[in-house]
Amino acid sequence: MTDTPTLDDAMRIDDPVAFPFWQAARRHELTVQRCTSCGHHQFYPRTFCLACDADAPEWVTCSGEATVYSVTTVHLPLIPAIKPPYQVALVTLREGPRLLTNILGRPCAIGEPVSLVWRDRPDAPPLPCFTATNGAIP
Amino acid sequence: MTAPLFIAGVAETPLGEVPDHNELSMVALAAREALAEAGLRLRDVDGLFVNYMGEEGSVQVAEYLGITPRFSDSSDLGGAAFEAQVHHAMAAIQAGYCEVALIAYASRQRSRRSRSVAARAPAMGVPIMHQFEDPFGLPLPIGRYALIAARHMHQYGTTREHLAEIAVTARLWAQKNPKAWVRDPLSIADVINARPISEPLHRLDCCLVTDGGGAIVVTTAARARDAAKKPVRILGAAESHTHWHISQMNDLTVSAGARTGAEAFGMAGIKPSDVDVLEPYDSFTITVLLALEDLGFCKKGEGGAFVASGALRPGGSLPSLTSGGGLSYNHPGALGLLLMVEAVRQLRGEAGDRQVPNAKIAVAHGVGGLFSTAGTVVMAHD
Repeated sequence: MTDTPTLDDAMRIDDPVAFPFWQAARRHELTVQRCTSCGHHQFYPRTFCLACDADAPEWVTCSGEATVYSVTTVHLPLIPAIKPPYQVALVTLREGPRLLTNILGRPCAIGEPVSLVWRDRPDAPPLPCFTATNGAIP
Repeated sequence: MTAPLFIAGVAETPLGEVPDHNELSMVALAAREALAEAGLRLRDVDGLFVNYMGEEGSVQVAEYLGITPRFSDSSDLGGAAFEAQVHHAMAAIQAGYCEVALIAYASRQRSRRSRSVAARAPAMGVPIMHQFEDPFGLPLPIGRYALIAARHMHQYGTTREHLAEIAVTARLWAQKNPKAWVRDPLSIADVINARPISEPLHRLDCCLVTDGGGAIVVTTAARARDAAKKPVRILGAAESHTHWHISQMNDLTVSAGARTGAEAFGMAGIKPSDVDVLEPYDSFTITVLLALEDLGFCKKGEGGAFVASGALRPGGSLPSLTSGGGLSYNHPGALGLLLMVEAVRQLRGEAGDRQVPNAKIAVAHGVGGLFSTAGTVVMAHD
């Protein structure tokens, strides 16, 4: 009798390079890669450093603090979990890399400080989202 | 010094809504018409360049047309693929790999109702977008363009009225083009008050969804000697791309056009002020604004004021979008090829009511993907 593959098995097969990110997400830790040679942070994950070409960057946990680089309010029902209108933003992490994400809670503007919150999903690991740093956590 | 190359024939496929053709028969119509202008036939084609014609697109199109090419290219640079393919065709012809290059495309995405803003199911390949972008509900492709517009507005004070002026300009030109899909009067207020889709972009900041396509023939002076119409000389061409995932675009206010403009204008030996007609890809209003800045028609950040001056309108200092563009003429999924068709017709003086007087130098600037790719072609009427 064979075991039914779990969702995590499927995700590991789908993208073994990114899988550590989702393992950390299950613990509500936002991780990016840091180069062991030059210290450059990068996201999404690769097997080499984009800045200095060194091999095998390590995973590090982020502070969860970021700034909104750009943001759009979407008026289409594209994700079942969130009713439109909702915000999709590019945020710049304190560590440097930029991330696409949702702004939860009150709408945010470009330049505003935002903090990490997790959106749980029924059929996938939690998703890193952000909310106004000085606002209420939704 | 390499021998000059020419666009010796151009054609549109049927446009708008095309109920009586499939994509391949549309390509065949346009290809034969463009070749006829060039004084050539299908059997003369030894280099074939297509995009968005299905898996192994150039293989499928070649079979339909009865061509067995020496040079075959299905490069997917989105809507800018066709400008990039002029660049590829120049390299191939100059290297002796082919002599008669046919670039062709057709789509029936209006009739098929196949255009969708939802994330696509992950195709073959690495599923990075599926993991790190799709779950956030950023509509394809407009959400990416919206983030770029929002950042430009924040950084430079660009307004929705500035963007609306681009849609209004396209409509003014479309009213002079009998083939334009939408020709009703359009005001700045209409654009501002349209339904929001992905703010700051609203419904009328977005291009149309129509059927259509076209073909162009790139070749040497010798092979174009029997051309029915005067060939247009290619002065310069360039291609590039900056990112696929929007999180990887370094500076949201600078597109790949900053590089392709400098390279194509450099090859052509021209300055922006030498350009008589500009055909910039208007997938969205913001696409045009960035092109104006990145190609050097105005300084970075001054695109809003530049368009507000009416420069792009009929009679303006830089007549642009002269067919009515993707916003008002036709947008069959990819406009890049039709930008060059219009540029060539302007240079030949065939553009009827919308003719720009005394047009000697025209630029077609394709932009594609998720604001990822750019291809610039500079053409001249000798």
